[in-house]
Amino acid sequence: MSIISLIIKREFFAKVRNKSFIVMTFLSPLLFVAIAVIVGYLSSIKPDVKRVAIHDETGLFVHDFMVQNKEEESYKYLDLSQIDSQYLKDSITNNGYEGILVIPKTEDVSELEHKIEFISNSSPSVSFIENTQDIIAKKITKINLEKAHLDTLSIKKAQAHVNIAIAKTSGEQGVKGLNEAKIAIGGAFGYLIMMFIIIYGNMVMRSVIEEKTNRIIEIIISSVKPFQLMIGKIIGTSLAGILQFSIWVVIGLSLMFASSAFFGVNVGATTHLPAEVMAHSQTEIVGTAQMYLQELWNLPIAAILIGFVVYFIGGYFLYSSFYAAIGAAVDNQTDSQQFLLPVIMPLMLSVYVGFFSVINDPNSSIAVAFSIFPLTSPIVMLMRIPFGVPLWQIAVSMLLLFGTFLLVVWFAAKIYRVGILMYGKKPSWKELFRWLKY
Amino acid sequence: MNTLLEVNKIVKQYGDYVALNEVSLSVPKGSIYGLLGPNGAGKTSLIRIINQITMPDSGEVILDGEKLQPKHVQYIGYLPEERGLYQSMKVGEQCLYLAQMKGLSKAEAKKQLEYWFDRLGIQGWWNKKIQELSKGMAQKIQFVVCVLHKPKLLIFDEPFSGFDPVNANIIKDEILALKEQGSTIIFSTHRMESVEELCDHIALIHKSNKLIEGKLEDVKRQHKSNSYEVGILTENVEGLMYDITQKFKVSPAHFKSLNNELKLEIQIGNALPNELLNVITQRGQLTHFVEKIPSVHDIFIQTVTENKN
Repeated sequence: MSIISLIIKREFFAKVRNKSFIVMTFLSPLLFVAIAVIVGYLSSIKPDVKRVAIHDETGLFVHDFMVQNKEEESYKYLDLSQIDSQYLKDSITNNGYEGILVIPKTEDVSELEHKIEFISNSSPSVSFIENTQDIIAKKITKINLEKAHLDTLSIKKAQAHVNIAIAKTSGEQGVKGLNEAKIAIGGAFGYLIMMFIIIYGNMVMRSVIEEKTNRIIEIIISSVKPFQLMIGKIIGTSLAGILQFSIWVVIGLSLMFASSAFFGVNVGATTHLPAEVMAHSQTEIVGTAQMYLQELWNLPIAAILIGFVVYFIGGYFLYSSFYAAIGAAVDNQTDSQQFLLPVIMPLMLSVYVGFFSVINDPNSSIAVAFSIFPLTSPIVMLMRIPFGVPLWQIAVSMLLLFGTFLLVVWFAAKIYRVGILMYGKKPSWKELFRWLKY
Repeated sequence: MNTLLEVNKIVKQYGDYVALNEVSLSVPKGSIYGLLGPNGAGKTSLIRIINQITMPDSGEVILDGEKLQPKHVQYIGYLPEERGLYQSMKVGEQCLYLAQMKGLSKAEAKKQLEYWFDRLGIQGWWNKKIQELSKGMAQKIQFVVCVLHKPKLLIFDEPFSGFDPVNANIIKDEILALKEQGSTIIFSTHRMESVEELCDHIALIHKSNKLIEGKLEDVKRQHKSNSYEVGILTENVEGLMYDITQKFKVSPAHFKSLNNELKLEIQIGNALPNELLNVITQRGQLTHFVEKIPSVHDIFIQTVTENKN
């Protein structure tokens, strides 16, 4: 058996048999599902019904509010137009009202546009205000139309609804709402890579520090090259990580299904939405749904998956080499903070760039630049791929990533080689640089 | 071929600091070779180069007639001064792993391990974790790991540290047994009495340079001061002292004896010991006559202080 596979095997089993690894592996999905269930449960609880007093001096609007009073609505409107508004204002809290809507009497309804007040002790939700404005605006519009002797029915008929279809020059049809799906897919993969790098990169670092503090390192590197040890360690740890991730996915999914069935909580509510919509709607929507599915299948699935694998390997190896070098340079974990910051920064940056620039415009120059820069490309490029990226950009970014990877491994191996034999003091950046020349 | 390991003009620099300055050694086959030197002299740097942990800046190492190369790690067993084991790994598993790294097959490694565990009486430890063992117990495991693959060259850096006298003795006997079986041993230590006891060759490194190398007797011969410890029973101390000081340098000596005699250390320079005997026997009765042979300890201290600058 070759030396590297021997090291990989040891590192793998050392990780997998570790108690905290086992606990983490089986506890994390439980925690995750527990959180999901709690969130699902909480969001399924009906909020308290809030009572809103309507003081309508015009008498024109109160009816439109009263028809809103339905069993399932969270706001209940009460007609208190007969009661003095000043008295109402003073007794909002005493009487348990959320607030009062005061519609003053005016000569002309148009004047009302800026004269209606909602008085409350707490700030009302944006959706409530928008809903209220909407009701009043509709009523005023209707009154205005009637005043002008216009036939509201014909106007309604005359109103056009436009839905622009999105198509690419390649001839593919598109659906507007699909961007969210693309963001979700790219974002999930990018985020996954970041989490993986941080969790298992740290594991690599801890393992290097452990060998140093155990003083076993000198025994080992009298048999193998430090480079072999480093690579074996990185691969072994990543295999343990992949195993852990797979277990998480399997346990997570099965627990999700089990718990949603058990609690009757609709954890994946959004995914069921199209079905419900389809059930009671016209052929037009069915068509849209089909297009949706069609478009999902038209996503560059192969490109996404290949991209994920390539960027995952490239990114993980690149960063773990940094982690290994840092582990070699320091004696304990507290000392590592100073060197970790520059490693974590590009990772955070990639996620921010991904969630701001890429979502805004996947082909903006910032998004392109960061998807080519090797320290951020694994995350940013993955987020861009679902939107379609020119082949040359992917090629350049992958080439740069693997070029940098080789450079960093070489660089890290040098620091590693010197660092693992240095005990006792925390090196400065200057010293690290000097080690490269040893 | 009588030399197993030949070190030729090795230079190693760390930045501006010269750790080894054209150091050459030759370690004869089948010897126990003491590598001595004060802290920071460059011993560990040299040992690391022989183990191919670091590369020399210039110079070469020849092992058994061949230039040192990666395959040679199988022929070397190294017990570093800074040593340890994976704390949470089981003893047997760990030994198998480290043995396989030295190129042994799993079956062969197992066979050897059983032999050694049996020999050292530690069969019951196979499934224990290192963290459950005491320091001395872990040291034993490390010793086994170091010799398991029957290396031609064994390098022990402070092998006795951490052992109680009983276990230190066991290890010492094992080292001697390994020598009997034909292994060559490089032995680095600050415990001079073990050097006296075990080594047949020594080298002394000080401030990155080799100062002394050779057979232990030869080195001692070179460093002896031609002085003798004598005990004399005499009535006429003044007369005796007069006679002796005419010819030789004298200083008081201290040694254990049953008589209340005059104890002297006499440096005879180029004269023969018989001349001194003649002088003494004319005046008194000789009770004690021993040539003063320098100990390794003396040679070490003398050489290091002489080369302070």
